[in-house]
Amino acid sequence: MQYICLIYSSDAADPQPGTAEFPPFIQAYQDFTKEVSENGMLVHADALQPVSTATTITLENGKLEVTDGPFAETKETLGGYYLLECESLDAAIEQCAKIPTAQHGRIEIRPVVVWDD
Amino acid sequence: MLAALVASIHDWQLAEDVLQDSVAKALVVWKKDGIPDSPMAWLITSARRRAIDHFRRHKRFNELEPELIRFIELHDTQSDMDLDAIIPDKRLELIFTCCHPALERKTQVALTLHTLGGLTTPEIAAAFLDKPTAMAQRLVRAKKKILAANIPFEIPPAHKLQERVSAVLSVLYLIFNEGYVASKGEALTRGDLSDESIRLTRIVWQLLPEECEVAGLLALMLLHDSRRDCRIDEHGQMISLEHQKRSDWDQTKIKEGVDLVKLTLAKQRVGSYQVQAAISAVHAESASWQATDWTQIHALYDVLHKLQPSGVVRVNQAVAMSYAVSIEAALTLLNEVAQDRSMQTYQPLYAARADMHHRLGNDLQATQDLQKAIEYSDNATHKQFLERRLMGISSIQ
Repeated sequence: MQYICLIYSSDAADPQPGTAEFPPFIQAYQDFTKEVSENGMLVHADALQPVSTATTITLENGKLEVTDGPFAETKETLGGYYLLECESLDAAIEQCAKIPTAQHGRIEIRPVVVWDD
Repeated sequence: MLAALVASIHDWQLAEDVLQDSVAKALVVWKKDGIPDSPMAWLITSARRRAIDHFRRHKRFNELEPELIRFIELHDTQSDMDLDAIIPDKRLELIFTCCHPALERKTQVALTLHTLGGLTTPEIAAAFLDKPTAMAQRLVRAKKKILAANIPFEIPPAHKLQERVSAVLSVLYLIFNEGYVASKGEALTRGDLSDESIRLTRIVWQLLPEECEVAGLLALMLLHDSRRDCRIDEHGQMISLEHQKRSDWDQTKIKEGVDLVKLTLAKQRVGSYQVQAAISAVHAESASWQATDWTQIHALYDVLHKLQPSGVVRVNQAVAMSYAVSIEAALTLLNEVAQDRSMQTYQPLYAARADMHHRLGNDLQATQDLQKAIEYSDNATHKQFLERRLMGISSIQ
């Protein structure tokens, strides 16, 4: 069963490049990624550019509306994800607890829909 | 039966539906052919056949694990009398799933009452003052989530067991308390919820006899429940522990509770439910409020506070302290607790302080504290109780 593990945090809480906290933070992510690729759980993973680079579109009465970013008041934003193959929700929870951002942000775990043929 | 079906089918809604269908079918068939030797086995076999039909119709049968198919097809090979093989005891797995931390607390409670307690949706809705439709939606959503997110149907592995047991116990205790002191509304006790929570805790204790906190919670419930009928007078008014008619306490429940406390404390794996049960046991074995061993209760609250630091524990400890040490020392402790913002609307704090001021003869302060206690109480019976105390003090003045 596949679970997408969405990593949410606020810019303010994330270790910033140039600070002492940054290198161990990146190292922890590399370790985590290595762990899930070695234990066979990793399906896919990506880190996202900051939310300031985002564009949101919607169709209003068929007319394309393009806006800059999501709403500014959103404190915690999606920074990346892991798509993991896990036996059960408990296995997914246990693995996600090791994602470095879980220390100061949140990980949303969502089962991925399996379409019937 | 439902637990066994869920275990084999993995789909909660389907398990409930096929069981319900089978009961309906049984009413027709049994009327015609007579009741079978083993009605339970008949029902579960019939329910499994219906589940297989459902899977075949939805072309999912071939995708099921071979092990699961074998299990579902048990009815072809097992004799109907081999009940244990057909209906394995899956109640523990069921309660762990119902109380899974990925479900909201209220959902955990509702699901536990619905699947293990056998309460109907309107009954559960009534117990929590919810609309039946809202409660029904909550249950449907929960069952869908269990299936879609693959919340495991299993006894948690050793390294997670304690944490998960404690989640189950909180749910059971919440149900008990909801029955014991209805948090909102008129009636002070809702006996059916108390009985149900004791029954469920007893089942968990039988299935996990080595978990001391399960025994501790069962003892705590029994000891509290032994006073159930003595807490309200014939006019529906609340009676405090101090003024209850102790000869009316249920001695069978007290004996079972006290024996359980002794048995479990001897294993020396102390936990907060066991200590609370021990405190309740001291009260249960005291001939009167005055004859209570307050020194022991005071010491037990100290242990409890170390295990589970909280202002609520401190308020209770202060009451014991006011008898075991001095009222002044107890008031100092209460004033310390009152500094904590989260405790400033905690009704028992003011009720306790009012009582202490009253015993010291400071009726003006006692009156002020009682008024606050009334303001912060949201149970009608409790409010009336406090109002009567207030009138009692005012009439002395």
